[in-house]
Amino acid sequence: MSAHRIRFTLNGAAVDTTVPAERLLVDLLRYDLGKTGTKDGCSIGVCGLCTVQIDGMPFSSCLLFATQVNGTAVRTVEGLSSLLQEAFTLEGGFQCGICTSGQLVAADALLRAKPDATDAEIADWQMGNLCRCTGYYGIARAIARARDAR
Amino acid sequence: MRPFDYLEPETLDEALVRLADDPDDAVVMAGGTSLVILMKQDLIRPARVIGLRRIGELRAIGTPEGNLSLGALATHGALARSQPVRAHAAALASTFAAVATVRIREQATLGGNLAHADPAQDPPVTLLALDGVAVARSRFGERRIPLDALFADLFETSLEPGEILLRVELPPLPAGARATYQKFLPRTLDDYATVSVAAVVATDASGVCTHARIALGGAGPVPLRAREAERSLVGHRLEDAAIRGAAALAAAATDPIADLRGSAAYKRAMAGVWTERALREVA
Ligand SMILES: Cc1cc2nc3c(=O)[nH]c(=O)nc-3n(C[C@H](O)[C@H](O)[C@H](O)COP(=O)(O)OP(=O)(O)OC[C@H]3O[C@@H](n4cnc5c(N)ncnc54)[C@H](O)[C@@H]3O)c2cc1C
Ligand code: FES
Ligand code: FES
Repeated sequence: MSAHRIRFTLNGAAVDTTVPAERLLVDLLRYDLGKTGTKDGCSIGVCGLCTVQIDGMPFSSCLLFATQVNGTAVRTVEGLSSLLQEAFTLEGGFQCGICTSGQLVAADALLRAKPDATDAEIADWQMGNLCRCTGYYGIARAIARARDAR
Repeated sequence: MRPFDYLEPETLDEALVRLADDPDDAVVMAGGTSLVILMKQDLIRPARVIGLRRIGELRAIGTPEGNLSLGALATHGALARSQPVRAHAAALASTFAAVATVRIREQATLGGNLAHADPAQDPPVTLLALDGVAVARSRFGERRIPLDALFADLFETSLEPGEILLRVELPPLPAGARATYQKFLPRTLDDYATVSVAAVVATDASGVCTHARIALGGAGPVPLRAREAERSLVGHRLEDAAIRGAAALAAAATDPIADLRGSAAYKRAMAGVWTERALREVA
């Protein structure tokens, strides 16, 4: 019910907006700010479709009120460079694509936090990003390829 | 979701006053991982949500007075990476690392985990085995609550309306103590435990057990201490017969709830198996 002025950066650009207390981050991004690369899948923190980065780490935007990103730096799939995307296309990292933006945002967070991530760390960080299509091998290969290309 | 008013106090005192204003219709929010889901599902419909994110002092992790102190607002991720946590017991760090996925670990906090009181959660089990004591404060004063008195029932704690968890304190371990946390995950690695076991033991120079703690998750309406099993070990060498005997006593102490992870009988049997494995690991 209460309204809140929040200021944060979205993919490097300043955002200054007012949201009702119950506005979810995923809805702010998709419906108010037009960043529809972020998907709403399970809505309970399990599937990873809504993954965004907050100050570089991956979060479920379905489990966050928009007020919680006040003062932070948010990155969505629209803000990623093309290196990972290219690796996903070269390694067969997606089929239907519904999970892909979440996979990319999570993978990018991993390579920022751990540029030399081991294959086991890749598997651990991608664990919460479900994919019904690829069987994960292509995704893991793509992330390893992007890691090795840096 | 019922519309609500959101407050973000800058200090603990302000948060306590705001909570005391309206203890029946206000909730505190830490990471929000449990609260947001409960609110989306209309299982709770608070008129006011009091966000704790600005109260930085509640994030602290350290050993101010000999005890390891874990701030209620510390995330599972921060706790898993923390040097003081690792130094206290590697098994404690790996317990926090065993929670769900990296996303949940970055958002969810220790205090939220304890207050949510789902018996299948990971941290309460190891914290029980490490003799953890929760410290809570209301506008009227501060209280120390040993963890086995904190968990009252399924999703219920003994926290009073108006109380906020500040931290969990862990006393130093006996010299040479060894600890382990075993999470049984037959479905997927990001799941809640089907059952889990934390064991802490110390032995004297001749190999006789001088200290034993066994705690179980997913094995009843609350995380449990297997006290009879612990007593059966003290004064004995941690040999095969003692370990099997303690595992049987631990299984007998369980009161599991059947759910999609298995029947009560299955979980009881697995509690025995995993207690045995945990004890072999630290023996
Ligand atoms: C997809 C998913 C998977 C999960 N898997 C696991 C798992 O494998 N293992 C595991 O252990 N847990 C798991 N969890 C649970 C997770 O650890 C808890 O949701 C989390 O720890 C709660 O912390 P929070 O900071 O998000 O609490 P919130 O959601 O903010 O709060 C939860 C409850 O605690 C109360 N509260 C919060 N902080 C305080 C405080 N300082 N004092 C008093 N009351 C307080 C709130 O009012 C609320 O009732 C999972 C959760 C999700 C969503
Ligand atoms: S939509 Fe957020 S994790 Fe599934
Ligand atoms: S590509 Fe279809 S779900 Fe992952």
